[in-house]
Amino acid sequence: MAEVASPQEPPTSHVSQTPHVPSEPHLMHHFDDMEQQREAATLGMWVFLITEVLFFGGLFAAYMIYRVWYPTTFGVASRQLHLYSGAVMTVVLITSSLTMAMAVHAAANGLRRRIMGFLGLTLFLGIVFVALKGMEYYHEYLEHHIPGHGFQIEGTDPNHAQIFFSLYFIMTGLHALHMFIGFGILLTMMYMAWRNYFSAKWHTPVEVAGLYWHFVDIIWIFLFPLLYLVDRHR
Amino acid sequence: METADALSLPKTHYLNAEYGIRSWLLTTDHKRIAILYLVSITFFFAIGATFAGVIRLELLTPPGDLVSDDTYNKMFTMHGIVMIFLFLIPSIPAVFGNFFVPMMIGARDLAFPKINLLSWYVYVVGAIFTLVAITAGGVDTGWTFYTPFSTVASNTNVLTAAIGVFIAGFSSILTGLNFIVTIHRMRAPGMTWMKMPLFLWSTYATALINVLGTPVLAITLLLVAVERVFHLGVFNPAYGGDPVLFQHLFWFYSHPAVYIMILPSMGVVSELIAAFTRHSIFGYKMVAFSSLAIAVFGFLVWGHHMFVAGISVYSAMIFSILSFLVAIPSAIKVFNWSATLYKGSVSLDAPMLYALGFIGLFTVGGLTGLFLASLGLDVQVHDTYFVIAHFHYIMVGGALMGYLGAIHYWWPKMTGRLYNEIWAKLAALTVFLGFNLTFFPQFILGYLGMPRRYHAYPPEFQALNVLSTAGATVLGIGYLMPLAYLLLSLKFGKIAGPNPWKATGLEWQTPSPPPTFNFDQTPIVTKPPYSYEQQEAELG
Repeated sequence: MAEVASPQEPPTSHVSQTPHVPSEPHLMHHFDDMEQQREAATLGMWVFLITEVLFFGGLFAAYMIYRVWYPTTFGVASRQLHLYSGAVMTVVLITSSLTMAMAVHAAANGLRRRIMGFLGLTLFLGIVFVALKGMEYYHEYLEHHIPGHGFQIEGTDPNHAQIFFSLYFIMTGLHALHMFIGFGILLTMMYMAWRNYFSAKWHTPVEVAGLYWHFVDIIWIFLFPLLYLVDRHR
Repeated sequence: METADALSLPKTHYLNAEYGIRSWLLTTDHKRIAILYLVSITFFFAIGATFAGVIRLELLTPPGDLVSDDTYNKMFTMHGIVMIFLFLIPSIPAVFGNFFVPMMIGARDLAFPKINLLSWYVYVVGAIFTLVAITAGGVDTGWTFYTPFSTVASNTNVLTAAIGVFIAGFSSILTGLNFIVTIHRMRAPGMTWMKMPLFLWSTYATALINVLGTPVLAITLLLVAVERVFHLGVFNPAYGGDPVLFQHLFWFYSHPAVYIMILPSMGVVSELIAAFTRHSIFGYKMVAFSSLAIAVFGFLVWGHHMFVAGISVYSAMIFSILSFLVAIPSAIKVFNWSATLYKGSVSLDAPMLYALGFIGLFTVGGLTGLFLASLGLDVQVHDTYFVIAHFHYIMVGGALMGYLGAIHYWWPKMTGRLYNEIWAKLAALTVFLGFNLTFFPQFILGYLGMPRRYHAYPPEFQALNVLSTAGATVLGIGYLMPLAYLLLSLKFGKIAGPNPWKATGLEWQTPSPPPTFNFDQTPIVTKPPYSYEQQEAELG
């Protein structure tokens, strides 16, 4: 400190002691080093994902209970869903997780163009997924499977089937909402990569975005069998 | 070196580092965000207390003469919603946790300062929704939003209120997340887990509940809102839905929420007992781990709210036994605090009066909780004033006493000035007496069978109700007194100096009010917490 201070400056200890000025461009003032900052960010995302597990957990619990109560109706209602569309969506989403992992890998190596490319691919696959989901919703609408006054279903108790479809729309709808939030995150990451914000030394945001994206995928991996496959063995 | 200028305020500190409304609304300083929270929750406390005042005034006489039954339903609903979701849940974590978690571990800020500010804005948005629900005619479902009344029958502003609570919930998730990461990753060199002040342990346990419980409340309220708007049947028995499922999901959060309210107060009391007995906490590890135990057990007892809701006898028995078990870690704390008093040099400053009040009132509240955890007795007193008295002993006698103790203890650190000690002691006694006068008669009323949530009652209950209303008046005065003398102290209070209580925590090793980055240099921790014996020896 004494070497830095110029001789004209008065020796006011409070001013010259500035240990909080970041020594690296991306280090925020309240962290000691990049490692601590990276660990805090990743831990924060993990804790957030735990809250998400509990958030969806309430819905999974409700679904399980009604499925145990009304197994036949849930079976009939489940078979009304569009299996092939759901299967294609699953493949698309798993592939997007692969491209996301590639983006994180590229970020770890500081390859700016690759980061942008893989993030773009991930975004594209995510949009395909949501578009397919939208088409499914449209078909449900045509088939009068939207819960409410116009709800119709053949060959089972319409009230219990309506509970199935209520949960179906709420669960997949919330999942889709998470996808849209993911799009926002991907676009932000692409913009940051384009502005050359990341380097091999500092790419935590891409890593954390990857955690989020994989998590949203995993939610779908549980939703797909629960909603589409429960009764297909018959 | 600090003793020479101990009695003047530091030249620059977090309050005068920047000026103007922007410097407050865009701040990322955890101390300023704590002040933002302090102002907002005090505002909502006043609103919630006003509703309580109307309730007690109505119950002064047996017939329903002051307000109609509909209005009365709205009064107790909004009292509950405002007090629980907008005051008690944020109270100690959002104000004192925000201010002191970084200072106590020797950090410059929380791990995510911007998320911290965001959490305040989220709180404000949720609070605005709730205010809109209140001013547009109120809600009458009770703070519990039980279905199918809330989804099918009630024609009040259920949707707006539920959205408000939903949004406010995310504020406590974000605060909890911030605390967990901060305590894991930001501790100063030498600050091991076993050197952490007990306030941090209880804040950490609270944060765990915030993070694990609140999302379940969020999804439950979302289901209620969606069901109400689109007329679904998920919780409606007419369509094969199950209202008891709603109760399970609701109490899965809302029982642990009680521990969100009480655990931070327990942390505060640990700090106060140590500081004002000049004694290290007896059984530090047991007190620390009992906080975690309460957080864990707290998640396993929600069924005791539903003993009369038609759950099976076997699950009721399990929930009953588990509810008894949660008394163990709570009792560990009470016994250890009492043991700390033994042979300590106890000084009865105002914060200590609140701490001692907490121990007594929390014990009464906790023991009556065991009555309610018993399957047979609960059927008799369920939905009576016995329950009201029980949870007010926990939430007001416990949580709020801890909050008041905290504000008196840390006020000199936050503002740099001392309040009037005589008035503060007087206020503490007034609150204690007023509280007991308000709520003790309610135990008897409930035992005699007076049900909750009615605006009229048979004449034989009047004497006890008059006592209760009189107590509420005293209690109200007890709350107004700190408001007055604390605000006056900002202008006229004596300069506090860095450490007016000669306490050992890191937050006292820095000037009052603290500088923006808390410490000039990152402190290095060598001593265990509460090393009062060592400090006494050094002071001679």
